[in-house]
Amino acid sequence: MMKLRTIAHTRAGDKGNLVNISVFAYRDEDYATLIERVTEERVSELFREHITRPGTRYCVPNLCGLNFVLQRRPTDSVTRSLRLDAHGKSLSSLMLSLEI
Amino acid sequence: MKKIRIGAGAGFSGDRIEPAVELAEKGHLDFLVFECLAERTIALSHLRKREDPDAGFDPLLSERMHAVLPACRRNGVRVISNMGAANPRAAARETIKIARRLGFHGLRVACIEGDDVLHLKDAFMPFEDQPLPADTTIISANSYLGADALAEALAGGADVVLTGRVADPSLFLAALIHAFGWEKESWDLMGQGTAVGHLLECAGQLTGGYFADPGYKDVPNLDRLGFPLAEVSEDGSALLTKVEESGGLITLQTCREQILYEVLNPSSYITPDVIADFTEIRFEQEAPGAMRVSGAKGKPRPQEYKVSIGVDDGLIAEGQISYAGPGALERAELARQILEKRLARTGSQDLRIDLIGLSSMHGTPPDWPAPYEMRLRTAARFTHEMDAKRLTREVESLYLNGPAAGAGVTVAVRENVAIVPALIARELVNPIISMEVA
Repeated sequence: MMKLRTIAHTRAGDKGNLVNISVFAYRDEDYATLIERVTEERVSELFREHITRPGTRYCVPNLCGLNFVLQRRPTDSVTRSLRLDAHGKSLSSLMLSLEI
Repeated sequence: MKKIRIGAGAGFSGDRIEPAVELAEKGHLDFLVFECLAERTIALSHLRKREDPDAGFDPLLSERMHAVLPACRRNGVRVISNMGAANPRAAARETIKIARRLGFHGLRVACIEGDDVLHLKDAFMPFEDQPLPADTTIISANSYLGADALAEALAGGADVVLTGRVADPSLFLAALIHAFGWEKESWDLMGQGTAVGHLLECAGQLTGGYFADPGYKDVPNLDRLGFPLAEVSEDGSALLTKVEESGGLITLQTCREQILYEVLNPSSYITPDVIADFTEIRFEQEAPGAMRVSGAKGKPRPQEYKVSIGVDDGLIAEGQISYAGPGALERAELARQILEKRLARTGSQDLRIDLIGLSSMHGTPPDWPAPYEMRLRTAARFTHEMDAKRLTREVESLYLNGPAAGAGVTVAVRENVAIVPALIARELVNPIISMEVA
């Protein structure tokens, strides 16, 4: 077992109460592993405390990247959230902790 | 092939100023763009304008203009910015004043208004599944304008263009439309120009900011991070670089992270100018620290403008207290239980109590060692100030009435302004351009 951090890098961005987390393979040859292991099911499970419904995954082979769109809880939009991390910026680091 | 150079001078209202000066001085730029309006910033600016009709523009406008205008004037760099916020006209007046003080007579400052659509609120339509807010709570409403009016202001000879709410990439696309005479319905060019704008709009986030992770993604000299610039060709492809001796880096990794930043569906990135498609985008390293970007596409622009509605969202009260040394976690947990019981009676909504250092970001991780120090943080939403202050008093009371050795209490109550998105038919919104000469 290893963590996603070993083979990929991530960034989180926000739009209202949606957060996107992009995931990119450092090496092209690891992109297939991302497709296989970083699935909607596994990511939705990892983020279960933060989301209201399963996340959506977009694949961007040109960038060796995946883009996850997660819907946060209704009270967790950027401008309403009571969380210390109102934007959800730190969620890209949670993604890196995924075991692959 | 004709080429122009656009620099990113700011990625948010409070951004560092010296990287913009460095770009204006050494970037051989044609345009310098400052993106300074977050989702909520404009609503807060409207509140300031209510108190003072000459306020409501970016609080750093004066400092920025003083810092960059001399180099821009010397090097023929034109400035584009949404620092007008809720009051582009006052921002333009202030800029004219600064220009005169600096002796830059003849400097032409354009002001673009028309994004304020509060008077059209009956025509708002819901954005996706999000209901429109109650009329009584609305503070402000600004529609995201596109590049058109900005390009027109540049064609009119503006040296500085100041706007309020404009889609971030449109600030950059406007310069390209103007410089290359791109047809507005050349959707692939609009898509590629939007990609370039999107890469630049967060400034340092393309050059190694929001990126460094020691041992995995190392970035040199973040303390003097250089902001990016794009040398854009007439076909829309661009070379992304920065001033050579500045800190930071531009690599395949920084470009990839930034092109999908705040993007939902990568094949449909919606702006007022185009629906951009980033799925076929290509990044190639042309030289160390110089990345070529090409291949973004576009589809016809949407029929509606997006509107950002600022609404009064009541009060948020927050309090924090720390515990350290042996048993820190147990004492913080005890404080949590006390607060939960005490605050159950305050009429708070959505009460949160988190332990910073353990569970405030992602929830409690399994099998994590107890940290040496813990900081308890509580936050809740209130309608009445009396109730909000009760929360802050309850946290302060933990000194004398709570677990041993509670320390470092901080408390705050703030009025919260939230943002609700909506849509409005494009034909109802009319950008207005005016020009003043220093």
